[in-house]
Amino acid sequence: MNEKKELRLSIPKEEVLQPGHLACQGCGASLAMRYALKALGRDIIVDIPACCWAVIDGPFPYSATNIPIYHTAFETAAAVASGVSNGLKAIGNDHTTVMAWAGDGGTFDIGIQALSGAAERNDDIIYTVYDNEAYMNTGIQRSSATPHGAWTTTTPVKHYRKGWKKDLDSIMVAHGIPYLATASIAYPEDMIKKYLKAQKIKGTKFIHVYAPCPTGWKSDPAMTIHLAKMVVETNIFPLYEVENGKYKINIKPKNRKPLDEYLAMQGRFKHLPQEEIEYLQKTFDEKWEILLKKEEHFG
Amino acid sequence: MLLQLKLPSIRLNKEISVEEKKIELNKVDEFPPMPVSLGSMRVNKTSSWRNFRPIIDGEKCIGCGICWKFCPEPAIFPTNPPEVDYDYCKGCGICIANCPVDAITRQDETK
Amino acid sequence: MKTVMNGDFAASYGAMTSDVKFVAAYPITPQTLIVEKLSELVADGELDASFVKVESEHSAMAACIGAQAAGIRTFTATSSQGLLLMCEVLHWAARARLPIVLANVNRAIAPGWSIWADAQDSISQRDTGWMQVYAENNQDVYDSILMAYKIAEDNDVLLPMMVNLDAFFLSHTSEVVDLIDNDKAKEFLPAYDPEYKLDPNNPRAFGALTSPEHYFEFTYKMFEAMEVAKKKITQVGKEFGDIFGRYYDMTESYKIDDAETVLVTFGTIAGTAKESVDRLRKEGKKVGNLKIRVFRPFPTEQIIDALKNAKRVVVIDRDYSYGNEGAFYTEIKGALYDANLRIDTYGMIAGLGGRDVSTAVIKEIVEKAETSEPNKTYFIGVKR
Repeated sequence: MNEKKELRLSIPKEEVLQPGHLACQGCGASLAMRYALKALGRDIIVDIPACCWAVIDGPFPYSATNIPIYHTAFETAAAVASGVSNGLKAIGNDHTTVMAWAGDGGTFDIGIQALSGAAERNDDIIYTVYDNEAYMNTGIQRSSATPHGAWTTTTPVKHYRKGWKKDLDSIMVAHGIPYLATASIAYPEDMIKKYLKAQKIKGTKFIHVYAPCPTGWKSDPAMTIHLAKMVVETNIFPLYEVENGKYKINIKPKNRKPLDEYLAMQGRFKHLPQEEIEYLQKTFDEKWEILLKKEEHFG
Repeated sequence: MLLQLKLPSIRLNKEISVEEKKIELNKVDEFPPMPVSLGSMRVNKTSSWRNFRPIIDGEKCIGCGICWKFCPEPAIFPTNPPEVDYDYCKGCGICIANCPVDAITRQDETK
Repeated sequence: MKTVMNGDFAASYGAMTSDVKFVAAYPITPQTLIVEKLSELVADGELDASFVKVESEHSAMAACIGAQAAGIRTFTATSSQGLLLMCEVLHWAARARLPIVLANVNRAIAPGWSIWADAQDSISQRDTGWMQVYAENNQDVYDSILMAYKIAEDNDVLLPMMVNLDAFFLSHTSEVVDLIDNDKAKEFLPAYDPEYKLDPNNPRAFGALTSPEHYFEFTYKMFEAMEVAKKKITQVGKEFGDIFGRYYDMTESYKIDDAETVLVTFGTIAGTAKESVDRLRKEGKKVGNLKIRVFRPFPTEQIIDALKNAKRVVVIDRDYSYGNEGAFYTEIKGALYDANLRIDTYGMIAGLGGRDVSTAVIKEIVEKAETSEPNKTYFIGVKR
């Protein structure tokens, strides 16, 4: 017994996100928002396009976050954030953090034009994509962030997704933005550190958060953290930062775990034949090697 | 009832307080001009979503804070030992799956 | 201060006189001069505002939505395809009750590519919840923008407003424009300070999921706001006139008291129509003109009042609602029906794709009405 001691806390105690929200059980996207707001605080304006979070925060007349939130059209997350940020600066407010918070469909697909525009102008915003690898809010349709091999309702088992997840991170790095980071909700300390860093940098910051979706991945809600951890341990989704063009890998697994267990925990990969699993393994290993080389050359 | 939010409110001019009760809008004149939040989602008790409840064994608990850290609601109070907020716990089981000393067990909700 | 400028510049100066703090725009012919002038005014420090050179019209409106929602007065300008691309976010701005002002240069829709005057662009955005003004001349463009902010920002209105000007006939044609002194403009249009805005000190979530239990009421509130706007437009037009000497209203009647044939026109055609009225009267024809300056909200009452004694109502549309008739024509007939007025009406579609509607064309239109079957639509000047 240790009731006299305080609970050990490795992340800020204060909560911006309040319970009562509408995320599914074990939702990775709700944890992503919880951590991001723990870092960024309440002097913030967030805009949210069509995505799960358009529902999670709650219907009119309620809000679970109770921060200024602007719900906006699917493809406009970055443009609305640009408007808020530049507008505030025009009236002398340079302290309020402006963040666009979008899903992978709203970022990789329909929102990429506005995102590219904001990044090219280097507008002072944090753009978060919480990536659950499909259009989950509309009922699990494939997006260009859906990984090779996955089942979705538009890539059914017999015609599972073929082709690689769009490498949006490289596209964003190519824009020359001052800061890009990947984060996983299984590593909240790392994630919060990245948000705190992003908040201090002027210009466009892009944070790609891996957020498992038990509903869309057909996984056990209790396994959300496990999946978000395994994706890093298998090098499927490495945690790294690119600051002013310099790559830094935050976690380098000593012994890269094989994919099998990660795939087996998700119904969306249940159909995959062994040769596809081997192909995935080979390709992820190659991608990891490329990332290591990027760090070596641009570190 | 007002929900007082004492938070990383650096640079804010005041403590934020948010209405924590059901908002009744019975007449059009009571509506704001656009859909805008007037209260906290805390009115939405999500306990009914749950098939089982996590029970934290205070004897076994080592106070590591992992269950609190990984709760997506959040519905675990950061006390030592932590306490589950059963008004909101949706029963996802993340806390159970991540407890390093198996101090949290599941108890089926009888309906 | 009187100066000579084209309609695009009049729109730019209208925004500057309105003390806008934020502009987001994307270039499209023939709106480009508006963007270029504003960009210059901001760069030179004459206009203390942020100018975001966005990558599309869709983002232009989206960025304006963001800034306006944060409590900042915004302006944008577009034309034709650009306005069409904005369609989704035009609806968004209106339902979010953001008093954004937009200058739209009326230009035809492709294909084939046409950069010339035609109101199909704005007419097709009729039901987006935006108020619509159609300017007759460059002074009208300039004054309408200043008035637009005052009307749109009224707490009982809170609706965006679109000021339309005809491509080239106004956008690239120089006329005398009397510019208003900044201090006087500020007295007329106080600083923007909305009750509902994105504010960390008073945090609210805007535009969340709205169930059938609530959605309907928000639309009803827009109905109420449009009704209030009708009164405000008249009121602000009068107030503007009292201060600056130029009076405006939703409609403008020209020699209609004894007119047997009343032309109903909008935009630059209204100016030509007035000249035509004078010429036709010299020929002994009792003709008048009713200019529809504001199309949304629709000035039903003023229209009924102006047309109640006419024998013939001839509506000239520089637009066409495919499969039906000109948009103005439909609505004018609706207004007459409301008042139980059974007057012979003629729907005249003219000037599409920038074809000139000269006094000769208007004369042809009047003659066509005099000799044709009423209550029908005619395309004027089609090569046969």
